[in-house]
Amino acid sequence: MQTDLIQEARRQAEICNACRYCEGYCSVFPSLHANRAFSDGDITQLANLCHNCRGCYYACQYTAPHEFDLNLPAALAEVRHDSWEELAYPSVVARQFQKNGMAVAIAATLCFAVLFALAKWIGLREGEGFYAVMSHNLMVAIFAPAFLFPLASLVVSLRRYWSTVDGKPVTFNHIKQAFGAVANMRNLAGGHGDGCNFEDEDRFTQARRTAHQLVLYGFLLCFASTSSGTILHYVFDLPAPYGLFSLPKLLGIPGGLMMTFGAIWLFHLKLKADPELGAKAARSGEFGFIALLGFVGFSGLALYGLGATTLMPVILALHLGSVLAFFLLTPYTKMAHGFYRLAALVRDAQRKGA
Amino acid sequence: MNNLYDIVVIGGGNAALCAAMTAAEDGAKVLILEAAPKAYRGGNSRHTRNFRCMHSGPLGPLIESYSEEEYFADLMKVTDGKTHEGLARMAIRRSEECLPWMESHGVRFQPSLSGTLSLARTNAFFLGGGKGLVNAYYRTAAKLGVDVEYDAKVTHLEVEDGKVVYLDYVQGEQTHRLAPKAVVVASGGFQADMDWLARAWGPAAKNFLIRGTPYNRGVVLADLLEQGVEQVGDPTQCHAVAIDGRAPKFDGGIVTRLDCVPFSIVVNKNAERFYDEGEDIWPKRYAIWGRLVATQPDQVGYVIIDAKSLELFMPSVFPPIKADTIEELAQKMGLPADGLRDTVDTFNAACGDTTGFHPTDLDGVSTSGLTPPKTNWARPITQAPFYGYSLRTGVTFTYLGLKVDDAAQCSMGNLPVRNLWAAGETMAGSILGKGYLAGFGMTIGTVFGRIAGKEAAKYAN
Repeated sequence: MQTDLIQEARRQAEICNACRYCEGYCSVFPSLHANRAFSDGDITQLANLCHNCRGCYYACQYTAPHEFDLNLPAALAEVRHDSWEELAYPSVVARQFQKNGMAVAIAATLCFAVLFALAKWIGLREGEGFYAVMSHNLMVAIFAPAFLFPLASLVVSLRRYWSTVDGKPVTFNHIKQAFGAVANMRNLAGGHGDGCNFEDEDRFTQARRTAHQLVLYGFLLCFASTSSGTILHYVFDLPAPYGLFSLPKLLGIPGGLMMTFGAIWLFHLKLKADPELGAKAARSGEFGFIALLGFVGFSGLALYGLGATTLMPVILALHLGSVLAFFLLTPYTKMAHGFYRLAALVRDAQRKGA
Repeated sequence: MNNLYDIVVIGGGNAALCAAMTAAEDGAKVLILEAAPKAYRGGNSRHTRNFRCMHSGPLGPLIESYSEEEYFADLMKVTDGKTHEGLARMAIRRSEECLPWMESHGVRFQPSLSGTLSLARTNAFFLGGGKGLVNAYYRTAAKLGVDVEYDAKVTHLEVEDGKVVYLDYVQGEQTHRLAPKAVVVASGGFQADMDWLARAWGPAAKNFLIRGTPYNRGVVLADLLEQGVEQVGDPTQCHAVAIDGRAPKFDGGIVTRLDCVPFSIVVNKNAERFYDEGEDIWPKRYAIWGRLVATQPDQVGYVIIDAKSLELFMPSVFPPIKADTIEELAQKMGLPADGLRDTVDTFNAACGDTTGFHPTDLDGVSTSGLTPPKTNWARPITQAPFYGYSLRTGVTFTYLGLKVDDAAQCSMGNLPVRNLWAAGETMAGSILGKGYLAGFGMTIGTVFGRIAGKEAAKYAN
C-alpha cells in the first residue's frame, strides 16, 4: 500500500487522538482512541470503517488554514481506495476501474450489449419471450461464471484484508453487530440521529443515508427477485415471463424503482458535496459506479414496461449487458466497498468485544 | 450612516450567537460583526468542548445531580474566593434552563469523552466540540434572519452622554459606520495582543503561547475603557494552563495540553523542581500550572517521566523526547546534565513505598524530606527509556474586561450605558477574579449572552 497515504492518515489520527472531540460521531473515533500508536493495519481498518459522513471535518478546529491542516475524511478515503486497489484480485484490474469507472463502465456496457446482440444474430433461440432473444442456457452459460468469478475474487480480497487488519475468528455475534450497523446505516446517523454532513457543508440531513439505503435495499430486492425467478424456473419448472403478482415481479419492481431513484439521488448529492473531502482521484470511478447501478435498475424496469414492444430485444441486451458488467466489475469498483465495510464492522465488533 | 439594524453584536463566538439568536427571536433585526474570516469564526468557542451545568436530576447527557451549592463551592475553591457571588450564583442557577435551550437551538451533546470521566456529572460535552456548537448556532441564527459579516473588525464605538451613538468597522479596505439602537459586545479578551500582555506581565509575556483565536485583540475593549466605560479585573489575571512547549503560537487548542505532570517531576531550565507535581488530580490542577511556569526563568518548564508512566495519560499531539539515560535526555532538552541527574537522584531517594500507587486517585504515595514535596504518585524515575516534554504558559483568555450588572449592562461612572450590553469572556472578569473552573466560560457566555440579547431587544423595541 502507498506509505505516503498511510503516513498522512497516521499524522492526522495522532492529532485526533489528542483531541477526541469527535468521539460521538461514528465508529471510527472510539476505535481510533483505543490505540496509542497506529500500525499500517490499524490505519487500513480505520479507513474502511469510515463512511465519509464528514461530521468530523466540519466540526474540526484544525482544518486548513490551520497549520495542522486536518482533513480526516479525505485522508481516510485516500487510504481506503488505495487499499481496495491493493487488496483486489487481480489488483491490476482494480487499478483500471477504481479511478476511471465512468468511461470503462460505459464501454463495458456497450460491449456487452453488442455481445448480446450478436447472440441474437447468430440465432441461438429456442423459446418464447426473452428466451426468443437469447436461449436460457446461453444466459446461464454467461452469467454463472460472471457471478462466480467475482465472488471468488472477493473471497481472496477479504482474506487479504482480514490478515492486514489482524482479524480474529468470527462469531455469530460479531456478524450480527456488523449487519445491524449496516441495516440502519448507523454510521451515517451522526451519533445524534440527525444524519450526516455531505451535500450542504455542515448541515446534518438524512438525505445521503436514505438514498444509500434505497439503493442497498433496492439492490437486495432485485437480487431476491432474480433468485426467486431461478428457483421458479428450476424447481417449479415455471420459466419467465412472470405476471405482475408473481414473486419475481413483486420483489423486482419496487427493488428496481428504489435502485433507480436512489442512484439518481446519490448522484445528485455527490455532485453537490465538496470533492476535497473524499478521494478526488476516485471521483469519476464513483460516479461511474452509481450510474451503472442506476442503469441496471432502470433498464430492468424498462424491460418490464416495454417487454411487449419491438424495443424489447434492444433493452434486454442493454439490461443484461449492464448486469454482466456490474457483476464482473464488482471486485474492482466502488461495489467492493460493501464487502470491505462489512469486514471492517465485523473487526470493530471484535475490538469492542475484546 | 446605516440604521438598518436594531442591534449590532460585536463578536462571533458562543456569547455573541446566544445574544443574537435571543434578540432575533424577540423581533429585533440583528447584525453580527465577526472579526475573523468565516473559516476561523467563533472565537475561542471553536476550541471549547463542554458546558458546566447545574441540574437537580439527570439532564440530557448529565448523570445524577449537581446542586447550586456544590457548583458554587467548586468555583470558590479554584478562585480562592475571588468571585462575585451574586453574578456567579445567577449564572449557576440559570445554567440549568440553558441546556434544553441549547438543544432547541441546534446543539447536540455526547457522553463524556474518554479520558474525561471525572466530568460526566458536571459538564455536558458538545458533540464534535465547540466548532460543532458554533456551526449549529450560525445555522439557527441564519434561520432567524440574523445577518453576519465576516472579516469585520470593529474599530470604534462612539459613546456620548451615556449612550453608544455609532460604531465603525473595517472590512477589507472599506470603513463602515452603523448607528444601531443597541450594541452587545461579545468579542472576548485581549490575550492575542502580545503588546498589551507585555504591558501587564513585562517581557515574560513574549514567551506565552495563546491557546485560542488570534483575533481576540481587545480592540473594542480598549476603545470602551478609554472612553470611561467601567472596567473590572486585573490585567495579569487570565485562564492559563501549561501546554506543550512545541505548540503553535496561536490556536493550538485542546491537543497541546499535557496530562503527564502528576506522574512526573517538573523542573525549570536550571533543572530544579519548583512545585508539588502531585498536589491534586490533574483536572483540578492543570489551570494553576500556566502561572507556575510563567514565573520560572524564560517561562519554561520541563516534564520528566520514565517508561512506566508513559501510558498513564492521554496521548500527546507531539511525541515526547526520548532518551536511554537521564543525561542524554538533559542534553536533548537543553538542560544541565549534572543538575538533572542530581535532581532526579534526590527525588528518587526521597520516594518511599510505592505499592499503593493508583494513577486516578489521590494515592498518598509521597516523598519524604523533600522540598518541594511530591504528595501523590511519587514513584522514582528509574526505568529507561526516559521521556521529556517542554512546558510553556498557554493563555486561554484574559480577565480584565467590562464590568456588567445582573442585566449584562455596561456602565460609566455609576450610571448604566443605556444601549450597551456585554457577554462572554469580555465581561467574565465581572465574575471570575482569578482561577478557572472547566466549562464555566461557556456557562457565562450562554447565560449572559441570552440576557444581553433579551435586554438589548427590549430596549430596541
